[in-house]
Amino acid sequence: MFGLNKKDTKFLYIVVALTLLTPILLQPFPEASPLAQFNAGYPDLMQRFAIFGIFAIGFNLLFGLTGYLSFGHAAFLGIGSYATVWMYKLLSFNVLPGLILAVICSGLFALLIGYISLRRSGIYFSILTLAFAEMAYRLAYSVLTPITNGETGLQVYSNDPQILMGENSSTVTNFFGLEMSANYILNVGGWQFTFNFGYYFCAIIAILAFYLSVRIFRSPFGMMLRAVKSNQQRMNYTGLNSRPYTLAVFVISGMYAGLAGGLLASMDPLAGAERMFWTESGAVVLMTILGGAGTLMGPILGAGFIKYFENIFSKINDNVLHSWFSFLPDGLEDFVVFIIHPFVGKGWHLTLGLLFMLVVIFLPGGLVEGGQRIAKLFKRKKTTPDDKDPEHHPKPAPHVAE
Amino acid sequence: MDAIFLQFLNGLDKGSAYALIALGLTLIFGTLGVVNFAHGALFMIGAFCAVTVQKLLNVGFEKADPEKLDFLGKPLMVKTPYVEAWFGPETGQAIIDWSVPLAIIVTIPVMIFVGVAMERGLIRHFYKRPHADQILVTFGLAIVLQEIVKYYFGANPIQTPPPEAFLGSFDFGVLLGFDPNVIIYPYWRLVYFIFALIIIAAVFSFLQFTTFGMVVRAGMADRETVGLLGIDIDKRFTLMFGLAAAVAGLAGVMYGPILAPNYHMGMDFLVLSFVVVVVGGMGSLPGAVLAGFLLGILQSFASMNEVKSILPGIDQIIIYLIAIVILLTRPRGLMGRKGVMEE
Amino acid sequence: MGILEVKNVNKRFGGLQALGDVNLSIAENSVHAIIGPNGAGKSTLLNCLVGKLIPDTGSVMFDGQSVLGRKPHEINQMGISRVFQTPEIFGDLSVLENVLIPCFAKRDGSFRMHALESVSREVDMIDQAEQMLLDVNMAEKKDMHAASLSRGDKRRLEMAMCLAQQPRLLLLDEPTAGMARADTNNTIDLLKEIKEKRDITMAIIEHDMHVVFSLAERITVLAQGTPLVEDTPDNIKGHPKVREAYLGEAH
Repeated sequence: MFGLNKKDTKFLYIVVALTLLTPILLQPFPEASPLAQFNAGYPDLMQRFAIFGIFAIGFNLLFGLTGYLSFGHAAFLGIGSYATVWMYKLLSFNVLPGLILAVICSGLFALLIGYISLRRSGIYFSILTLAFAEMAYRLAYSVLTPITNGETGLQVYSNDPQILMGENSSTVTNFFGLEMSANYILNVGGWQFTFNFGYYFCAIIAILAFYLSVRIFRSPFGMMLRAVKSNQQRMNYTGLNSRPYTLAVFVISGMYAGLAGGLLASMDPLAGAERMFWTESGAVVLMTILGGAGTLMGPILGAGFIKYFENIFSKINDNVLHSWFSFLPDGLEDFVVFIIHPFVGKGWHLTLGLLFMLVVIFLPGGLVEGGQRIAKLFKRKKTTPDDKDPEHHPKPAPHVAE
Repeated sequence: MDAIFLQFLNGLDKGSAYALIALGLTLIFGTLGVVNFAHGALFMIGAFCAVTVQKLLNVGFEKADPEKLDFLGKPLMVKTPYVEAWFGPETGQAIIDWSVPLAIIVTIPVMIFVGVAMERGLIRHFYKRPHADQILVTFGLAIVLQEIVKYYFGANPIQTPPPEAFLGSFDFGVLLGFDPNVIIYPYWRLVYFIFALIIIAAVFSFLQFTTFGMVVRAGMADRETVGLLGIDIDKRFTLMFGLAAAVAGLAGVMYGPILAPNYHMGMDFLVLSFVVVVVGGMGSLPGAVLAGFLLGILQSFASMNEVKSILPGIDQIIIYLIAIVILLTRPRGLMGRKGVMEE
Repeated sequence: MGILEVKNVNKRFGGLQALGDVNLSIAENSVHAIIGPNGAGKSTLLNCLVGKLIPDTGSVMFDGQSVLGRKPHEINQMGISRVFQTPEIFGDLSVLENVLIPCFAKRDGSFRMHALESVSREVDMIDQAEQMLLDVNMAEKKDMHAASLSRGDKRRLEMAMCLAQQPRLLLLDEPTAGMARADTNNTIDLLKEIKEKRDITMAIIEHDMHVVFSLAERITVLAQGTPLVEDTPDNIKGHPKVREAYLGEAH
């Protein structure tokens, strides 16, 4: 369906179901329960899931398919945000023109940066992209202040032209009048679910972005990109110049990042240079690798996983820990809390770093590979009798999916 | 003229730090073929060795001083560091005052230990993995090290002053016939520059004149052949990693008085050091040193007002701009060899 | 006038004269073997033909056009394909995909994106690729991961990839290196079969004289970067110069 095979259609359905039901799935605890603070179904966080999902999907198109590790993707995120806020300042708070401009601008910048950076491969490519992003970051703080508003960040002021603003126009970000901040709150029993328009706006775009990435993965273009990753020499001796392919995917990937940046500014009409800092580029690398680079679901899982646990872990403080381990004898309780303390709350980044190392060491395929191994374990248990000698079976081709 | 000379001097100390970090990075890359993103963290750990030594030396006991009273009329509690109690107030104070240079003694074994442990425990398993994996795992390690330091020392920079004797500035201008107070250069930066030169010279002569160094250089040129000669190159490479870590640590420990150590200084320097390594040419030690000083000095020149008025913002981006130009015109950097990192 | 004309090609590496005044003419639709002891410059010559190396002097003409100064992918587009000594395949892709890529490259020539089409719907291409796999007896392995193939299968796959482009000149760099006798014979039969089925010129670099004499129509003997003799296999066999080059002063 939709030009996809059965397996991919299944993936698409899973993604659609997950994204649409997020406001419910992330509120597992009733409001009154002490665990309610670990609910993640509030609009701001859910929006981030969708937006960073798009960012990671786009990054994965480049890194997962071609193996080119860009350390400068945050530049496009920042450019997208600035472009969108400028459209608010000039036109109105309707997000559509801003998003379009964000995609166009980031695409143009990606074309320029990619054209230059793709002349080199390996670590040289990484350093070139990093250098461009750092330049963008530093210029945004210094010389480009008239465009970026420097350290204050770009925002809408009352004396901005906003030529499309009518008498009754909304003064918050909206999509043809539908305000991003609009919520519908549903109370069921002790549970409270918030359905936020902004989130669904992002979610639908994320689903489209995912669908597009599946199509690219399965297209001859995607196959060529995987060939680039696998063996550039053979690529050349097959009469193919790899440069146009890598440049095309670099631009697409940059546009995804620009779109994500535009959406960030659509949820909150602000844009700052810190979005271009290299740690942000590092974050998208982490998400993609953690989830599983080169897989369809990996970047989504990675983005969701990191954003979710960032939220949960950073909320756990000593009081929470004490309440969890209160069943232990006093001394032991203090000891356990003392051990766990550095890894939670503000120390969440420590956990993330460790987790990331463990994934790279033991699960180079990321969470997706972990899931596959577990699935295989269950399958093998079922089929042990007729699958006695797995060593002698030819290894089937790995599917990029899963 | 004097302004140019001043900027040249100002570039030296930053250039020294770049050169030292890039030297270690290149040693690791050249010998082990590993792209170490945790190298900045080693620099940072070195700087925090100075912080730790300073803190340890200041550990003391509190004693009531009967001669002085606090505002409630009770005897004032005076804190006396143990070193003062042991060695007498004057010697003790001098030891505390010299805590940064003294920290060098602690830093060398600590850093060698950290380096060897890192190589044995982690990096060793990544020799055969793709460079992207090496980058990622060391990047993860850098985050972990940084967060551990943040956990123990807090997020704020910690001042580590130089010994009092080096607090002032040296009037270079007088020496060269300029007016007094035109070209002044803090003593400590001068110390740092000389210190860096000594370490660089030591590393180079070590590689040049010892058999160990000879084997390592041969290994940098062709790892497999040396392995075939029956030399246990792996053990030597482990030590090499320890040495590179020590160089980074020493660069950090002495940098404390120039930049108050904070937990993210490693990452800040790492990005720049990688640019330095790439500009110098992956795998080239002289290239790393040359590029370190070159970029440090150019960065300093770019921050002159005269330059900034012509090219606004150039001081912010000069390093990256140079890196891009060099990578595009000389793909292997200033002094890189063929076939390094070109899979 | 052959399909490939090499004239006065010289190539030095520092002080080493790798190729000295090489002249070579390969006739269309022939199988031409280039033999010679180790270090004779066979691989250097091959690299000069495909654009990996650029000769210092001389000319290399393919079908009346110069190949010098062109990039490898451009030379390939002119109709020259190469099988490497160690098979160069797309290890991360499936066997079928490995052959599909040259099929697509053949169809489109220069870059076209096809980002929204689906590989599985390109029935013509898949048929073509499967036929090619059938030709090299690999049809039943089409879903396997290319990196997990045996060395002989990798070689066959690489040949299928090269043939899928329907090249006019196929360069084979020691196609049987490191193979067992049975595999070598299979490869010989395969190459013979290919030669019978289509109009193709083959240039083979080979150590194994059994292979050379079963396939070649003409043989060039290279020694120290210079062609020694060029003749038919029968005449080469007893040629004194060749014996000298191979067996050297030991005899």
